[in-house]
Amino acid sequence: MSERGIRALWLYPELMNVYADRGNVIALRARCAEHDLDCEVEHLELGRELPADADLVLIGGGQDREQRRVAPDLQRHAARLHEWREEGVAFLAVCGGFQLFGDGYRTSRGEELPGVGLFDVTTVAPRPGAERCVGDVLAETQLGGVGEVVGFENHAGRTYLGPGVRPFARVRHGWGNNGVDGTEGAVTGSALGTYLHGSLLPRNPRITDWLIAAALRHRYGADATIGDAAPEGAYAVEARRAAATAARERGRVHVD
Amino acid sequence: MTGWLGPRDRAAVLLGSLAGEAARRLGRGGGTALPGLIATSVAPGVTARLARMPGAGSVVVTGTNGKTTTAHLLAGIARAAGLDPIANRSGSNLERGIVSAYLDALDGAAAGGRPRLGVLEVDEAALPGLLPALRPRAALFLNLFRDQLDRYGEVDSVVEGWREMLLADGSGLALVLNADDPPIAALAEIGRGDIVTFGIEDRAVALDADEHASDARFCECGAAFRYEAVFLGQAGLWRCDGCDRARPAPDVAAHDVRVGGAATTFTLDLAGRRVEVELPLAGLYAVYNALGAAAAAHALGIEADVIASALGDAAPAFGRQEAFALDGREVRMWLAKNPAGLNAVLRTLAPPPGDEGGSPGLHVMALLNDGIQDGRDVSWIYDADVELLAGHVESLVVSGDRAPDLALRCHLAGLRVDEVQPQAGVALARALQLAPPGARVDVVATYTAMIEMRELLAEWTGAAPYWSVGAERGPA
Repeated sequence: MSERGIRALWLYPELMNVYADRGNVIALRARCAEHDLDCEVEHLELGRELPADADLVLIGGGQDREQRRVAPDLQRHAARLHEWREEGVAFLAVCGGFQLFGDGYRTSRGEELPGVGLFDVTTVAPRPGAERCVGDVLAETQLGGVGEVVGFENHAGRTYLGPGVRPFARVRHGWGNNGVDGTEGAVTGSALGTYLHGSLLPRNPRITDWLIAAALRHRYGADATIGDAAPEGAYAVEARRAAATAARERGRVHVD
Repeated sequence: MTGWLGPRDRAAVLLGSLAGEAARRLGRGGGTALPGLIATSVAPGVTARLARMPGAGSVVVTGTNGKTTTAHLLAGIARAAGLDPIANRSGSNLERGIVSAYLDALDGAAAGGRPRLGVLEVDEAALPGLLPALRPRAALFLNLFRDQLDRYGEVDSVVEGWREMLLADGSGLALVLNADDPPIAALAEIGRGDIVTFGIEDRAVALDADEHASDARFCECGAAFRYEAVFLGQAGLWRCDGCDRARPAPDVAAHDVRVGGAATTFTLDLAGRRVEVELPLAGLYAVYNALGAAAAAHALGIEADVIASALGDAAPAFGRQEAFALDGREVRMWLAKNPAGLNAVLRTLAPPPGDEGGSPGLHVMALLNDGIQDGRDVSWIYDADVELLAGHVESLVVSGDRAPDLALRCHLAGLRVDEVQPQAGVALARALQLAPPGARVDVVATYTAMIEMRELLAEWTGAAPYWSVGAERGPA
């Protein structure tokens, strides 16, 4: 047992797991072990109550059918999730989870799914038949001095940022939030929303570190740090390089 | 031979066949798709007219996993029953592949008066567009899992396409359905012809826990499915908590299933008639493929004894559990291209619980490509339970265009990676070196990586090239 650790809460792992969202949890556990930190991961299923506390909250993507089921349940937890964000809990919301953590999602059928409003973003699905935003992504982020991030995106919805958030990254190759403004994802405080899966965390350990550091500050106070920075593993670096090459070779080119 | 076709169709057939012949002579593959592509551009609509070949009805086989093997097994049963199957080869399962199969059938020697039967593997997303032209006697639906979401979209939209297809064009079509897979079984509600269901009736082979790669947890009515036993992905003994939907009692069932070795045995129950089957294929997923083929054959009126004996004589379809002798080792190929498929292979390779330490360690070569046919998105490797192999692997070589991604996945699963070598030939040589003489090397590959490895193995061992295998018997 390590002396320090974080408590992660994974929202709707059975419903919001459409592509590789488990990979983020696998990578989080492995990275915590590299930092000699314990990592407890609790699951929250539909209809259940939030635990008393958590340092990091994860939510992945789902099909429209699953999102329709999750959206009303998430509303029950909205107030508490807002409190947590104010208290500095770290969040990682990917794809459909990012959309539901925004202000709302209008589906291609015109249904309005309510959002939790953790991110000041709005998502609109284009009319049926419009191109999906699918492909390899290579982007640049200022977050934690990380720089290059890679992932794969697959979404119909177009997300637009409000003044209350800043983009997670700038797209070099790929669609990003909406295929127009070059932004990818959103950040507010210690909450990160993104369309990147692939999975995101295994190939971008510095992003994992950013989330772990925020979770540690929530648990142990503002002065807590990861400690001696473990280097990124060689497997992660090589896999990121392969993904970056794929994005350069065939990812949609974004022109500012 | 082509008297029922019009002049334009006959020209299309001639040009397509010439193209196939040219491709084979030039060594450019076996012309599994090109002839069909040419024929359909010369005479649009020729597919429907070819499918009306006199005396030849057809069965279509679809689903996410197991199409090629199941169609291969069904063709074998049809042959044993005295029919002459027309089958698309090498998993060429879009319109061009099907048309090429009919052109081959016209080209080939006369069937000796035996009735023909189209045994057509059809891509699950392409089926709705093809069904009106093919007008098959029966449609076999195997399973539905997440697969290449970047290409097919969401799982729900595939089911939606099938339902619309059956409502529009399903009149009189016999449906052969996997009773254990909820979205497949639910198709019975809209069937307008005979329905034959199949499933596993042996709780002893159930999994200990749900699989992560389960893709249908909720019923149409909105309530969750409850399982008494899970066999594979979301296939099992299910019922809905919110409505009266439940797994139907299968018409064709496997009892007393014994898996574990290179062969699998079970008692096949065909609507009350019981026969023993010794299937020379490994794994529980092979039982589902055999059941699907048996149920389709049963729907066509083929006798139980003929079905059982044909299944016993089956050889692997190309690249699916095919074995090659090389360098004093056995190389066995496993195709895995989505989480459910990879899990099925991993469960077949990893020793069952209770056999810890009893089986020799595995020598594995794993290949991940990201071609269009593999899926551009390699994220799916995180949805597969690679962890199943932990503690069972003696040597591991990782290869393919996205070898670094697969190496990272294996590393995170706690496996020791001996070598990362994107170049397949070099990687195979290394994998052989790491395995002692007499050992087996298991090659697990995505679709295009499997084709590449299959060509390499054909070249190195003198086995038949991939395009010549499939409709006929597999290689010795």
